[in-house]
Amino acid sequence: MAEVRYENASRIYPGTDIPAVESLNLDIPDGELLVLVGPSGSGKSTALRMLAGLEFVDEGSVYINSEDVTLTPPQDRDIAMVFQNYALYPNMTVQANMGFALKQQGVAKPERAERVQEAARILDLEPYLDRKPKNLSGGQRQRVAMGRAIVRRPQVFLMDEPLSNLDAKLRVQTRTELADLQARLGVTTVYVTHDQVEAMTMGHRVAVLKDGILQQVDRPRTLYSRPVNLFVAGFIGSPAMNLVEVSSEGTDGLRLGSLALPLDEQTAHDLAALDAGDYTVGVRPEHLQLASEGIAGEVTVVEELGSESYVHVTVEHQGGPLLLVVRAEGETMTQRGDNVLISCRGPVHVFAPNGERIGA
Amino acid sequence: MEVGKKRAVSFLLGLLSWAVALVFFFPIFWMVLNGFKEEIDANTDPKLVFDPTFDRFDEVTSQTQGLLGFREAFMNSVWAVSISTILVLVLAVPAAYALAIRPVAKWRDVLFFFISTKFLPVVAAILPLWIIARELDLLNTRLVLIILYTAMNLPLAVWMLRSFFSEVPKELIEAAQIDGAKLRGQITSVILPIVAPGLAATALLCVIFAWNEFFLAVQLNPVDGSTIPIWVTSNVSTRGNFLAKLSAASTLATLPVVLAGWLAQKRMIRGLSMGAIK
Repeated sequence: MAEVRYENASRIYPGTDIPAVESLNLDIPDGELLVLVGPSGSGKSTALRMLAGLEFVDEGSVYINSEDVTLTPPQDRDIAMVFQNYALYPNMTVQANMGFALKQQGVAKPERAERVQEAARILDLEPYLDRKPKNLSGGQRQRVAMGRAIVRRPQVFLMDEPLSNLDAKLRVQTRTELADLQARLGVTTVYVTHDQVEAMTMGHRVAVLKDGILQQVDRPRTLYSRPVNLFVAGFIGSPAMNLVEVSSEGTDGLRLGSLALPLDEQTAHDLAALDAGDYTVGVRPEHLQLASEGIAGEVTVVEELGSESYVHVTVEHQGGPLLLVVRAEGETMTQRGDNVLISCRGPVHVFAPNGERIGA
Repeated sequence: MEVGKKRAVSFLLGLLSWAVALVFFFPIFWMVLNGFKEEIDANTDPKLVFDPTFDRFDEVTSQTQGLLGFREAFMNSVWAVSISTILVLVLAVPAAYALAIRPVAKWRDVLFFFISTKFLPVVAAILPLWIIARELDLLNTRLVLIILYTAMNLPLAVWMLRSFFSEVPKELIEAAQIDGAKLRGQITSVILPIVAPGLAATALLCVIFAWNEFFLAVQLNPVDGSTIPIWVTSNVSTRGNFLAKLSAASTLATLPVVLAGWLAQKRMIRGLSMGAIK
């Protein structure tokens, strides 16, 4: 059981000027599952490896349980890690793989066998204990990698995209199992993924990184409803938020084509204090709807998902065509080529030219 | 028709490769065969069908006073080859680790230095070697060959092992680190089992080169303490061609290397690291 803290931690790879991770500040309380998410090159894996001790921390510090581990080698950090490619020892059986860390700690053989057995039971690996990794399926290997981590009862679990090598169906299933397992064991976990759906569904809190800089760390719901900047707004949510550049015309508020956008009080107030100019407005597909009044447009694509559908509509906005994605009911009658009207039922996110959120 | 044509082509290609292989193998086959013949069947009137006899083998292995005997030469070779090969591996494994897995500063230069020691022709180095060996009282000893064979094979072994070591997935070593393995545990429990085929291949080459080495042995250790290649030439007689006898000696000199190759091959099965990642 442990809490983890990054304090102004930076990593600059030799031969580069731009930090892979820049002044990261992050507090992870005991028992939390924190997800680091971002596009490739955002520094999320580097941040995880800094905590593992596999990556040198050039500036700042990393703490586990208020103990400064910045210079502690990985062997002495009492952490367990699940690698993207599992990194199972090919020459050892499943049992030996899972018991390897305990063997290094000098745990006696009977206790070792018992703990491996227990982990194998949790992960349904009992029939495979004597097999070598090459004789296992991808999902089984993934579970062995998990088993190797939980056998140790470490202070912190580190997971580097552990599900990305599984097929889609297994990934969704394992995602749930993993979240459940983490909750049961209550071990502080840092989880890296590039998949924002995985991040949103698993994380107690989610930290969004871009170019080595932490953008926002919040509970998934907050991240979704109050993105602090344009990047987070565009990154979180699938399909993505409709982001439209809009010129503000003084007190008239913001208009999407001919449609006046409903702003909440705070946003309207903050916006009024600012100069007229180009702002970016964000509206999630589910906050737009096909209606009997609103802005007119033509349907170009209908994505039918069964329970719901996403209608892509081209409207006219500030003298040019603009594509909007609108969520509609499943089994919609709308077809390509239809002329429809779209209304907005808010909330509307507004971002300043520098990308920062305006309003609460 | 198309299928028949393809079959004919592959049949002809197969035939061709057999023919080429036989041409290459025939001299060896003839040597082995000659070893079982009477001198007359081997020399004046070469025969394919004959009464096989072990007499030539008895002749070459029998001890003659004052001459290098088979048993002695064999044991000298075994010592020189096995000790030097073990030394080479013991030294090359840490070197390969330092060059491949946690590269030291200027590791490319280090690697180049190793291979540069092979640039100098051995003939050019033999005089200083001989003088040093004489000064250290090492002439005509097993020790001088052990030292030189180690030095001779080390660069090659470092190069080979380095490339095998760099194929070890980085994550495996990181996983071992996180699992709490110290450097020695990482090497013995994780790295070495994965590079075992490479280790076997390297050892085999060292054995072959050391076993077949002639020049250093003949210069520094020509008399009683010498090795199998020297013993083979001691069967070349000035009194005429004893082909059958020489063939028997050559066959005996070849056998251990073939055996070593066969043993190493069993270990050299690729794909041991399968299942490690993904």
